[in-house]
This record gives sequence, structure tokens and C-alpha cells, in this order.
Amino acid sequence: MDSRDGSERKPRPGWTDEQVDVIIANLLRTGLILAAAVVVVGAAIFLSRHGHERVFYDVFRGEPRSYREVGNILVEAGRFHGRGFIMAGLLLLIATPIARVAFSVVAFLRQKDYVYVAATIFVLSVLAFSVFWLGLH
Amino acid sequence: MSVILITLIVLGASLGAGFLGALTGLGGGVVIVPFLTIVLGVDIHYAIGASLVSVIATSSGAASAYVKEGFSNIRVGMFLEIGTTLGAIAGALLAAVAAPSVIAVIFGFVLMGSVFSSIRRQDESPNSLAAGPGPMAARLRMDGEYPSRRGIVRYHVRRIPGGLGLMSVAGILSGLLGIGSGALKVIAMDRVMRIPFKVSTATSNFMIGVTAASSAGIYLHRGYIDPGLTMPVMLGVLAGSVFGTRVLVKARTRWLRWLFAAVIFILGAEMIFNGFTGRI
Repeated sequence: MDSRDGSERKPRPGWTDEQVDVIIANLLRTGLILAAAVVVVGAAIFLSRHGHERVFYDVFRGEPRSYREVGNILVEAGRFHGRGFIMAGLLLLIATPIARVAFSVVAFLRQKDYVYVAATIFVLSVLAFSVFWLGLH
Repeated sequence: MSVILITLIVLGASLGAGFLGALTGLGGGVVIVPFLTIVLGVDIHYAIGASLVSVIATSSGAASAYVKEGFSNIRVGMFLEIGTTLGAIAGALLAAVAAPSVIAVIFGFVLMGSVFSSIRRQDESPNSLAAGPGPMAARLRMDGEYPSRRGIVRYHVRRIPGGLGLMSVAGILSGLLGIGSGALKVIAMDRVMRIPFKVSTATSNFMIGVTAASSAGIYLHRGYIDPGLTMPVMLGVLAGSVFGTRVLVKARTRWLRWLFAAVIFILGAEMIFNGFTGRI
């Protein structure tokens, strides 16, 4: 988990709070920049191909299946579909705070702060429940 | 409307909203939903989906800066996220069953409430050091310190159960309305838990991303997140708020604050009116 950000030097066990702060700050910024870059690429593909079509957002129909599940979105992005690319970027964006929580589990483990290990694992499970729980009726 | 036209309109509006939101400290995403629904006639489910995603972007950017400077209290944030993430899931599930008009009315009241809380916001909260640490906070090692012009300032944390309760409400509103609920999060820490205002603001930004991510998963599965609409909202609000934060240091924002507060207030009234008359 701590090799998530390749540019990060691996600190010794027993990180100080300040070291954890710096890693979290870099993690958040890296995730955000990556996500925005992927969305911009997707936007360029999408607008160049579909820019002159008509759209209607006034009636809610819900997105098609291909934009509702993580696996399907990645397939669409792999085909260089603009909308699929944008969705992949948005997934990356949603994954950024989740990666931060996952990193916090490791950080609190190294600090042997077990109350917070438990609290963080709980938050991580709530997030996993939301992202992977298929709310299809 | 053609795709390119609506993308440009939404991008422009989101740039403005992100810029003013950062400059005035009132949050940008909050005006996007009324703009999309009232001005462009977008269905409220698409609007809150797009807004929620933009909230994650601005929060990650702001949190990154605050955390590095040592303002955020990560222990407090982590612990309170138990309340906000559970609340956000409940809110996202509610958004699926609640009638759009009901969501609009609640949204309007939250907008108006955030204006009032921002007007009162300037005064300092009572110093928590005199009161001493709460027993629970001491055991959870939540007391902290932050850098200021007069050197390191220490503070205690108090009344955790009350703070956690209010955070759950903030989570529900975040999941239901696709907003960050920053104002309410700050109130929970600053007013209830007696955490210094600066730390409360920084920690709130830190928590907003995780809160929003926990409802974003459900939004995604329900098909609320449209790539074509969310793209300009997310990029616009993000670029606008980054720019706004840069300008913030030199700008005199007093009159701008009042102006933006007035705009939010009017949008709030409009949402309530449209909700009651069944136009949303």
C-alpha cells in the first residue's frame, strides 16, 4: 500500500505526524492532477466527435449500464470513447480520497495507534460498501 | 442545445462559482445545483451528481495545501469521518427515493442557512484551553497545535459525541444534495467541539472529499453521474477555486462576500419557491 505513490521515498517505521501529513498532501495532489488530466483528454475526444449533437438533461433517464460500473467504464475508456475516458478520470477522482483513507490505515498501524486503525478500517469499509455495492434494483 | 454550447455555458458558470466560492469562503459547488436546475432546466439528479464530483476535486486540492501547512487535525478528521460517511450513504439512498421538489426545498433552506452561518463566522470561538481537554479527546489523543504568526498555538478538543452527531447530519445533507456541507462541518468543530476556527476549516476541507466519495459510489451505480455534464462542472469549479485561492491573498473581499452571500440567498429562495410550486 505504501508504494502507491512511486515518487514517494519510503520512510522508516514509526512515522511522525508531520511525515504522514506530507505524504497525504502529495497523495491528494497527485490523484487530483492525474484525474483532471484524464478528464481533459476525454473532454477533447468527446467534444471533437460529439460537439454538435443535441443533448437533453431536463428529464432524468439515468446513465446506461456502461457508465455505472467500474469494470464497464474501464472497457469504454480502453476503446478511446470520450465519455468513457471522462468517467475513468472521474473514477480516479473518487478513488483519491479513498486511497488517502487506505494509506491512513497503514500510517496508524506503523504508529501502533490501534484505536485509529480500527476507526480508519471502519471508514474504509463504508467506502468500499458504497463503491462496490451494486445498487441496481 | 448542442453539446459544445452547453459545455461552454456550464464551464463558464462553474469557473465563476469556483472562483467566487474560494474568494469568499462560501464554497463554489453550492451554487452549481441551483444554476443547473433553475437556469438551464437540468434534472436535479444530474445536477447533484455533477456537483458532488466537483466537491471531491476542490476538497482534494484545498486539503492538500492545508495538510502540508499543518492546519488540519488528521485524527479529529479521521474519527469524525465515521459519522460523515455513514450519513452520506443514508443521504445518497434518500436522494433516490425523495421527490425532486422535496430535495429542492431542503436545498433552498440549506443554502439560506449557510449564508447566515457565514455572516456570523468572523468572530473567534471561545478559547478551549481554559476549559481543559475533554476526557474522551484526551484518550483519543486529539489535542493538537497549529502554526500562527505568534508561534505554535495549542488547543484542546471537547464534546466529541455532540460533534459526531452533527457530523452525521452534515453527511446526510452532503449525500442528499451533492454538496460538501463545509459550513455545517465547521460549526460542528468550531462551535461544538471548541476547535480553533482555522483548524476547523482546514479539517473540514480534509473530510469533505471522503464524505463525498462515500455517496459518489451510490450515485454512480444509480446513473446520476453524466460524463458530458460533470466534465465542465468539475474542471470549471476546480480551475476557478485554484485561481480564487491565489487571488485571495491580495484581494479585499468584504463587499464581494456580501454580494455572493446575496446571490446564494436569492438562489435558495428560488429553489424553495420552485420546489413548493412543483417546478422542480
